Amino acid sequence: MAASKKEPVVVTDLGVLNKPASDLLTWVDARFPLMENWNAHLAKYYAPKNFNFWYYFGGFAMLVLVIQIVTGIFLTMNYKPDAAQAFASVEYIMREVSWGWLIRYMHSTGASMFFLVVYLHMFRAMLYGSYRKPRELLWIFGMLIYLVLMGEAFFGYLLPWGQMSFWGAQVIVNLFGAVPFIGPDLSLWIRGDYVVSDATLNRFFAFHVIALPLVLLGLVAAHLIALHEVGSNNPDGIEIKDKKDANGVPLDGIPFHPYYTVKDSFGAVVFLIVFSLILFFAPEMGGYFLEANNFLPADPLKTPLHIAPVWYFTPYYSILRAVPPLFDSQFPGVVAMGAATMIFFAMPWLDRSPVKSVRYKGPIFKAALAVFVVVFLILGYLGTEATNVWGQAGAWLGGAERATVVARICTVIYFLFFLLMPWYTKIDSVKPVPERVTG
Amino acid sequence: MNMKKLLIALTFASGAAFANEGVKLDRAPIDVADLVSLQAGARTFVNNCLNCHSASMMRYNRLRDIGLTDEQIKDNLLFTAEKVGENMNITMPRVDSKEWFGVTPPDLTVIARARGADWLYTYLRSFYRDDARPTGWNNTVFPNVGMPHILWQLQGERSHVEEAVKGSDGKPLKDGHGNPLMKARFETLVPGSQSALEYDHTVRDLTAFLVWMGEPGQLQRKQVGFLVLMVLGVMLVLAWLLKREFWKDVH
Repeated sequence: MAASKKEPVVVTDLGVLNKPASDLLTWVDARFPLMENWNAHLAKYYAPKNFNFWYYFGGFAMLVLVIQIVTGIFLTMNYKPDAAQAFASVEYIMREVSWGWLIRYMHSTGASMFFLVVYLHMFRAMLYGSYRKPRELLWIFGMLIYLVLMGEAFFGYLLPWGQMSFWGAQVIVNLFGAVPFIGPDLSLWIRGDYVVSDATLNRFFAFHVIALPLVLLGLVAAHLIALHEVGSNNPDGIEIKDKKDANGVPLDGIPFHPYYTVKDSFGAVVFLIVFSLILFFAPEMGGYFLEANNFLPADPLKTPLHIAPVWYFTPYYSILRAVPPLFDSQFPGVVAMGAATMIFFAMPWLDRSPVKSVRYKGPIFKAALAVFVVVFLILGYLGTEATNVWGQAGAWLGGAERATVVARICTVIYFLFFLLMPWYTKIDSVKPVPERVTG
Repeated sequence: MNMKKLLIALTFASGAAFANEGVKLDRAPIDVADLVSLQAGARTFVNNCLNCHSASMMRYNRLRDIGLTDEQIKDNLLFTAEKVGENMNITMPRVDSKEWFGVTPPDLTVIARARGADWLYTYLRSFYRDDARPTGWNNTVFPNVGMPHILWQLQGERSHVEEAVKGSDGKPLKDGHGNPLMKARFETLVPGSQSALEYDHTVRDLTAFLVWMGEPGQLQRKQVGFLVLMVLGVMLVLAWLLKREFWKDVH
């Protein structure tokens, strides 16, 4: 076959294509809005040009979501959701399945990294006021993703059927038993048995591999659609859409593709390096990503001395433990724990500052946010330890456990950060906001 | 299991659960890349542990990874199975062992990942004679353990002596709470077939084997890790150059 004369080239929205490729694109576009979507979400979606380090984490979360779904599919091929076989089937994956150890460690490392990047992503929103008008729905979809993710992690953690899987699930499901009147029936309904058992494992498997992932994907789509409708916020917290050129392109905007696709690719490689360092050299992460007790098969007759959830739940677990029981009921603690997660939803309406970004907010907000981060970390640490980790306080505190006292103080500060926000953001001084984005 | 049983279990199990957390653990001087040590440990394991304990998720011929051939495994280590492709199961019924020892001996496949190497290394070197126990043995790391000292012929028999510490003036010292300061030590009653040092080496090899068995692919994992990091390192440079090139015109 002789090399024939060159096909004529055609300039399209996708760049320079040869004739057959361009014809194919025209054929598809007549039947499906391919170029329209490509432009709306990538090539002509204008993002602020001043994204900094904090703007990587949303993309990382998408990357981890893909890792979790793909590795999850492969794990399901060999995992047995059966109380008598689950533990051994995980070891079967680790030992007998080709590259099974890699798939499993990717999934277990991915679970923790998912929360890490989501927490940093949320912190970014708090720094730069990304939850403020007109991004309230975007923030709410994000919060729903976070809640579903917590459910997904909780259901998934039962599946290896180790001691921590079993007793963690037992403790959490029992929390629903603290609900007045309907509690015991409610927890029975969730478990499908009087204790966490084979029935519980089967339904948690169903929730983990199909129900919640479907919800999660739907919410991620809604999150992105909302984002692309209102446009991204930026570290200056100003709207780039307010200043446009003659063609209607924001002066401080650059097309997401190729600018942020190449920048995020670089970020993704950095992320994968960190991910690999953990996965290949410290997959247990000192007991924080894979707990030692979870290498003992679930035993309903043997309660571990110390039951702690995985690190990403521990701030809330601390709050649960910190709230004293009322009339012998743990319900107030359960309510406080629920409120601690749900209160984020209200942030768009709690923040009354005239500016969005921390860069132009005053010292009170900066101090409040810093204290909140410290308190969140202290609660997180205390949740991994037994309540007697810091010993007993002196007589002036009635000999109470020091860690419990600290957790109670931190819990109060945690809620005050939100509840006082309307007040302190209003009285706080602000700096003038620039017309155009800076550096 | 019904609710009542669970409540009983919750009430009594917590006190009797494992681990004496107060004991200081010795650091296990193991090397999971040392095949000679792993092979010695495998021999000790199969000869001593694999009668009451199973390692039911471990296949015999996985021992090829520590340098043994199928023939060597078959001739020297295959007591509880017919074929090298079988798992390390035992024939003792769980119900019987529960009756004999008060507890079913746990499966040891991933025990090192649950307990840690230091715990195993210290535990296996902390048995002593105690006539108050049904087995005649007790352990300082795991008080009132159900397991007798299975390696006693190697280590010999020891007693555990606690005595008051005396100051330079000959008077007993007190600790911060005013209680007498006690010092505990082991005293040899009957010497074993191995010296103290030899026994430490036996336990070191056994611990190394248990750690290796907890994740037989751990050496391969690190090798693959280095490879992946090298590839990612190259990609990092390329991705950075690409980013820099595209962002030239953004000011």
